[in-house]
Amino acid sequence: MPLARATAVVLWTVAAAVVLALLAPLIVTLAVSVSASPVFNLPPPALSTRWYERTLRLRDLWPAVRLSLEIALASTAVSLALGTLCAIGVTRGSFPGKTALVTFMVSPLMMPGLVVGVAILQALRELGLRDASASLLIGHVVITLPYVTRTVVASLTLFDFTLIEAARTLGCSYPKALVKVMVPVLAPAFLTSGLFAFLASMDNYPISIFLVDARHKTLPILMLQYLEENPDPTIAAISSGLILVTIGVLLLADRLVGLRRLADF
Amino acid sequence: MPEASLATPAAHTALASPRVRVDSMALLVVPGALYLAIAFAAPLALLLIASVVRDGHLALDGYARFLADPFSWTVLANTLRAAGLTTLICVLVGYPTAFALARARGAVQSALLAALILPLSVGVVVKAFAWTILLRTDGVVNRLLVGLGIVETPVRLLFTETGLVLGAANVFLPFMVLPIFAVVKLIDPRLEESAATLGASPRYRFVHVTLPLTMPGVIAGVAFVFSMSISMYVIPTLLMGDRFKTLSILIARSFLFMRDRAMGSTVAVVLLLIAVAVVAASAIVTRRWQAAR
Repeated sequence: MPLARATAVVLWTVAAAVVLALLAPLIVTLAVSVSASPVFNLPPPALSTRWYERTLRLRDLWPAVRLSLEIALASTAVSLALGTLCAIGVTRGSFPGKTALVTFMVSPLMMPGLVVGVAILQALRELGLRDASASLLIGHVVITLPYVTRTVVASLTLFDFTLIEAARTLGCSYPKALVKVMVPVLAPAFLTSGLFAFLASMDNYPISIFLVDARHKTLPILMLQYLEENPDPTIAAISSGLILVTIGVLLLADRLVGLRRLADF
Repeated sequence: MPEASLATPAAHTALASPRVRVDSMALLVVPGALYLAIAFAAPLALLLIASVVRDGHLALDGYARFLADPFSWTVLANTLRAAGLTTLICVLVGYPTAFALARARGAVQSALLAALILPLSVGVVVKAFAWTILLRTDGVVNRLLVGLGIVETPVRLLFTETGLVLGAANVFLPFMVLPIFAVVKLIDPRLEESAATLGASPRYRFVHVTLPLTMPGVIAGVAFVFSMSISMYVIPTLLMGDRFKTLSILIARSFLFMRDRAMGSTVAVVLLLIAVAVVAASAIVTRRWQAAR
């Protein structure tokens, strides 16, 4: 069938182009980071590790990395707790307006980050909270919670709750049955949603920009500021570090739950 | 929950005392819902109220000034045009990609998935920075365009709207492909086969079987990409610089540099209303679509 073959050719050509286009920014970043040239010439005229060495001397960088990691870990942990409880309530409880509640729980993902950031800033100012770390944590949970709620709700909808009753019939106490039966089934959902929640927090710019202060900056804020002030390949070295860490984390996640599950983020 | 007995009675058939159980289970949503109500919904509501009330009176002069200024309309048009073009490219490229992803097997599927998920996991500042390099006049994109014979001499892409849309479409593409893929992989291949057995041409099969089945995924992807594109900030800041103004950039400038809270709040509410409209529209279109079938 010539039409079927033409369709297949189009599909695979587009797919190949997409793979190249999506990986191009990452490859370019890695290439620039090992270039000896201070301008972004490609291919690199000579290899060098000078930009990586420079990152070690950037005084603001490491506190920013640390703050970002702390906020991301804390907001992911809070989201996993609140989101899982909420997901169990939605799938097991019975109350009117369930669909509306799930829509509401996921809605921060669809709202403009800058607007949410401004709104949170003004609300916190009204309350008199000026502590940057606390403000950042409050703001970041707003954007990490939807990831967890959405994924765990989807996973629990498929979960057969009679298994818990079966475990109880076989002599488990209710809490023990929950832990023994539900936790292994939900583990991939925790891992996937926790990963995306963590990455969303690490990457957040639009909410953070309103909540940071001069001494507490998260990594994306610091990176954009650096790019605007003195764009040199140091930023490529930092970016490459982030890319390599991300590849490592994804490889681990792939071994634990498989890439296909990550696609249902 | 007084009306608990009305909702989904099938979910708890095995339970001896459904009413008590149901109430305690439903309470589990309270901490999360309350958190978002206080930290997300209430601040947005306050922002909305503050933009129309001053000293206890209704004051719409902020909006009057915004709507009377031709500059606002330029900014609004910039925002919607860039977002619309970005979404269009994502649909055109993402739709076939989702099918390729669903048809691929083994290592090819893994490679495709990795190519979608890895960029999704890398920060937007990193990707936008990389696009400032890719789009340079002597950059990779220009060499490709010249090499393929699409243009004769390198064209200016960085700091142009074309460059912005290219970069943004690249960053948001996974958010289009994955929702469509989620629907495509559920399609029963026997549907297409039976349509073929009944004598439907490939074109007819696509228009009347495949396309309708994938529409929910397309709607979800469009809503996702469009709402992210109207509110993008980092990408235009790096790829367009100061001259190109979008609603997001105006909000950031008003609050962070000009200290013009009144102006910033007005623009923020305008952007918020557009985002809410996108979500509402996608929900309505999806419902209509499913009801019509």
